[in-house]
Amino acid sequence: MKFTLSWLKEHLETDAEVDAVADAMTMAGLEVEEVHDPVASLAPFTVAKIVSAERHPNADRLQVCQVDTVDGRKEIVCGAPNARAGLTTMYAPIGAYVPGLGVTLVEKPVRGVVSHGMLCSASELELADDSDGILELSDDLAVGEPAAGVFGAEPVIDFEVTPNRPDWLGVAGIARDLAAAGLGVLKTPAIEPIPGRFPSPIGVRIEAPEMCPVFAGRTIRGVKNGPSPDWLQRRLTEIGLRPINRLVDITNLITYDRARPLHVYDVAKLVDTTIVVRAGQVAKDTGEHEHLIALDGKTYTVDPNMCVIADAAGERPIGLGGVMGGESTGCSEETVDVFLESAWFDPILIAQTGRTLTINSDAQYRFARGVDTASPVPGIELATKLILDLCGGEPSEVVVAGAAPALPSGFAFDPARVGSLTGLSLSDDRIAEILTALGFAVKTGSPWTVTPPSWRRDVEGPADLVEEVARIEGFGELPSTPLPDQGAPSRGVLNPRQARVRLARRALAAMGYAEAVTWSFTKQSTAALFGGGDERLVVENPIAADLDCMRPSALPNLIQAAARNAARGHADAALFEIGPIYLNDSPTGQRTVIAGLLAPKSARHWGGSAEDALFALKGDLIALLDQLGAPTASLQLTQGQNRDWWHPGRSARLQLGPKNVMVEFGALHPRVLKALDADAPMLAFEIVLDAVPEPRGKASKARGAANLANLMPLTRDFAFVVEDGKATGDLVRAVAGADKALIADVRVFDVYRGAGVPEGHKSVALEVVIQPVEATLTEAEIEALSAKVVAAASKTGGQLRS
Amino acid sequence: MTDLAQLELDLINAIGSAETAAAVEDLRVAALGKSGSISGLLKGMGAMSPDERREKGPMINGLRDRVQSALAARKGELEAAELDARLKAEHVDLTLPPRPRRQGSVHPTMQVMDEMIAIFADMGFAVAEGPDVEDDFHNFTALNFPPKHPAREMHDTFFLKPDPETGERKVLRTHTSPVQVRTMQTQKPPIRIIAPGRTFRKDSDATHTPMFHQVEGLVIDKGIHMGHLKWTLETFVARFFEVDGVDARFRPHHFPFTEPSAEMDIRCDRSGGELKLNTGDSWMEILGCGMVHPNVLRNCGIDPDEYQGFAFGMGVDRLAMLKYGIPDLRPMFDADTRWLAHYGFSAFAAPNPASGLS
Repeated sequence: MKFTLSWLKEHLETDAEVDAVADAMTMAGLEVEEVHDPVASLAPFTVAKIVSAERHPNADRLQVCQVDTVDGRKEIVCGAPNARAGLTTMYAPIGAYVPGLGVTLVEKPVRGVVSHGMLCSASELELADDSDGILELSDDLAVGEPAAGVFGAEPVIDFEVTPNRPDWLGVAGIARDLAAAGLGVLKTPAIEPIPGRFPSPIGVRIEAPEMCPVFAGRTIRGVKNGPSPDWLQRRLTEIGLRPINRLVDITNLITYDRARPLHVYDVAKLVDTTIVVRAGQVAKDTGEHEHLIALDGKTYTVDPNMCVIADAAGERPIGLGGVMGGESTGCSEETVDVFLESAWFDPILIAQTGRTLTINSDAQYRFARGVDTASPVPGIELATKLILDLCGGEPSEVVVAGAAPALPSGFAFDPARVGSLTGLSLSDDRIAEILTALGFAVKTGSPWTVTPPSWRRDVEGPADLVEEVARIEGFGELPSTPLPDQGAPSRGVLNPRQARVRLARRALAAMGYAEAVTWSFTKQSTAALFGGGDERLVVENPIAADLDCMRPSALPNLIQAAARNAARGHADAALFEIGPIYLNDSPTGQRTVIAGLLAPKSARHWGGSAEDALFALKGDLIALLDQLGAPTASLQLTQGQNRDWWHPGRSARLQLGPKNVMVEFGALHPRVLKALDADAPMLAFEIVLDAVPEPRGKASKARGAANLANLMPLTRDFAFVVEDGKATGDLVRAVAGADKALIADVRVFDVYRGAGVPEGHKSVALEVVIQPVEATLTEAEIEALSAKVVAAASKTGGQLRS
Repeated sequence: MTDLAQLELDLINAIGSAETAAAVEDLRVAALGKSGSISGLLKGMGAMSPDERREKGPMINGLRDRVQSALAARKGELEAAELDARLKAEHVDLTLPPRPRRQGSVHPTMQVMDEMIAIFADMGFAVAEGPDVEDDFHNFTALNFPPKHPAREMHDTFFLKPDPETGERKVLRTHTSPVQVRTMQTQKPPIRIIAPGRTFRKDSDATHTPMFHQVEGLVIDKGIHMGHLKWTLETFVARFFEVDGVDARFRPHHFPFTEPSAEMDIRCDRSGGELKLNTGDSWMEILGCGMVHPNVLRNCGIDPDEYQGFAFGMGVDRLAMLKYGIPDLRPMFDADTRWLAHYGFSAFAAPNPASGLS
């Protein structure tokens, strides 16, 4: 909402300058977005008269002008074709900053002739978007008159109107709040009724009272339309509106002055004498919707949820009620008899119509937020006065169809609520004073009864009144009161899941993974590659076509991120993200995953190649799970059962059982990577945190005694030949289980295929760590243990290599 | 010269000129071995008369001791020289680079969220969470957004496709306030929580992304008023920006779910591209807040005549940008490894009151 300072001062008696007004607005809750002060930028410019204009000696298109200026006679070089002797125009002295050009003038020769200033066009002063030639001003203006005075330039304030305050969409409403806040005295002129001289020949019939409960109108005969006077045109252009003609400009003025939209119909163009207010119609036989050509020249399809203004016994649509009038009955310079409309439309209906048709007119904007229900007749009277003043004519009596919605009713209010809710200590008198200044009717007593004014339908109860009082008194007066001290909680504030997320984040960062945060969205077709893409998780109004679905996995975003990094020349990436995935749209359909992605493209190193990346990733994953307190020792590792987006041979999952899969990890499927424009290989893991059992809570924080054996551990090496397809992990597990009391660890130190090992087999070399518990083992005991190891291995198909 | 003196001279000379440990050993065997020259002399002492033994014994033993010392000394010298030579050969060029390690990091949004949690934990706030996909009730209706009211449009809501059976249209939560609703529905006052998490609005430019992070707070108890709200947020902002105090102002605003509602501005100077607090002429909005609307309390089953309280909400990414001078919001979610390395935080820099937040 834009308005000028002088417009405000028609409603508010104040000496405040524009900055003080803006500050007061901000602190009263009217959030100022911009103050544009052309007075400051126009300060260097003054009126000047060209005495003579001669052809420049060295340039055909330039003239050398002798100019009478505020600084005396000046020689100025000018390129404008309209520079001529006798022209009154605008002068900029050397040193002036020309806003439209963005330059400060310096004295310098132009093709050999020094120019002692500049003659300006409207665009150079930012008075117009474009202009040809320098300004041509009235000859009545005296040399030296300041530009700001000539153009009536005015500071313009633009501010954001919150949806609860439609009354701020009129300058009068802004003035009321500023007066209450102490910036001045409210002086909005009262609206005097103007008696009608004859019954209105045009009547109104409301057929859709739920859409439009009240419609006031009046005919004015014999008006003379035409361009508006300067003051009115200027008032509108200063806030960015385009003057059209007197009748239309008057309705626009009142829209911005009183937040009261109006419409004018050319009576000569109306068919029949009754204006009908009804819902949009659909032809019963053809199912065809009716159409309206609106004032913006566009054709709109009307549906039954919109309010139509019609003539010709309700047959012809001539306007969309509360949104926009029709082209067929609009007023023009030739209009002689006019019918004024001042109605009230249901806000939700108008909001919906605006959304459906994407019309955001000044009227629509106001009706959608709620226009003062008591304003239809005063609106008519104010418009009548302006029309009679500017266009002449003779008014009819006012016709009112329907009845305005009931006025807001009063409610009980205990003024002590102000203190209990805000901590402010204000006297009852001050509270009543503020509310009264804002238009509330206050009846003191025990409790008080407060009745909101018709334009404040946002106020429904005591809390709203407290806000009004605190807002006007100023939030700067609020005390600063420490919260009752509960102390920091003795057990911390994070639940186990939150604590594990935090731990995983720091553990992965320590392992060299960079944390990424990526969208919760992905593309539906991409989601489908990762087991998602359910229609119920598709965003109906996505920000972009490739972000139209809730992600079923964090991996696609990480893969695409790694691919983007590769495209920038940084292929080696280790990323992780801890965030949500979405399995369905219910409150329990969300999981937290810890996803890691490795795009191993390490640079060559003089020391030779590094550890195999896949096993490095597995190592990181196991270390992370250990940190999270997952039961890593009892996890099953299963290969060949991962879902489609994993490499079938180079991926696995870790599970507590087939129904409790905790992690999938390994290499990603090259086909999936290709679909995401990513280069293989990429390795990844995705832990479903919710599937990782939380360590059992213990009553005590004590860890129990450490079992530190006194005896030296010893090691024995074994080599077993097993079929190639056998999982080494099974062999290791079997050997480790051969004597759980004595075998402390089993380490794989070689896997060999080739000479000496049968075709289709491999030799797995194990180092078994034996930890004696009670006494040093005898040779015989060690022999017996070795035999158990060999027996355990053979059960899983491992033969001791001879 | 006696024989013994000659023998000693010969042996000492030979030991002194031995060039290897093996040569020293050979000399030892030749002198002190089973059939060595000195061993022979020692053995010969058994055949001597007591007087002769008394005279020669000390001389022979003295000879043995001196030769033994000479052997040990020479051996030591040679071993030291050998070690020197070996170590010299073991020289490596330590200007060669180590194997590069990947430098991990914590994302600034998450770091800042941890900072916020640390501050509020100290004030006794627990951490509550809820789903990102919400229903209309929890995201809007319970929070006093009237159906079809223009205030809902302000949120630029993302909708999921309507459920084919029920026609219900789920929303992506536009704020973490639904978590406040869920907390109030399940927990009796006093309540003191923060709700961090992902939020979604259909908006995209240099200062808006379709997904962002919020931390909201909620305090419900008897007698909680706006003065408590003001103290809590002033204290938070000062601790967050790690200054002794902030020049802040509260400005009336409108939110459907609070009454009165306010926005908090801080005085700052951003002229150099860097945020300088408590100086300059401009005010920057950093969060929204207010007293929980009685309708919201009622919608969540709390009696507004008995309990009242405040709520606030702030953008985590935006505050991370302000504090750490990150100029643009969009790269936050782009996972550019160079950006993450530049703006990320060490794994070991977990915010805590002892070492400070940052």
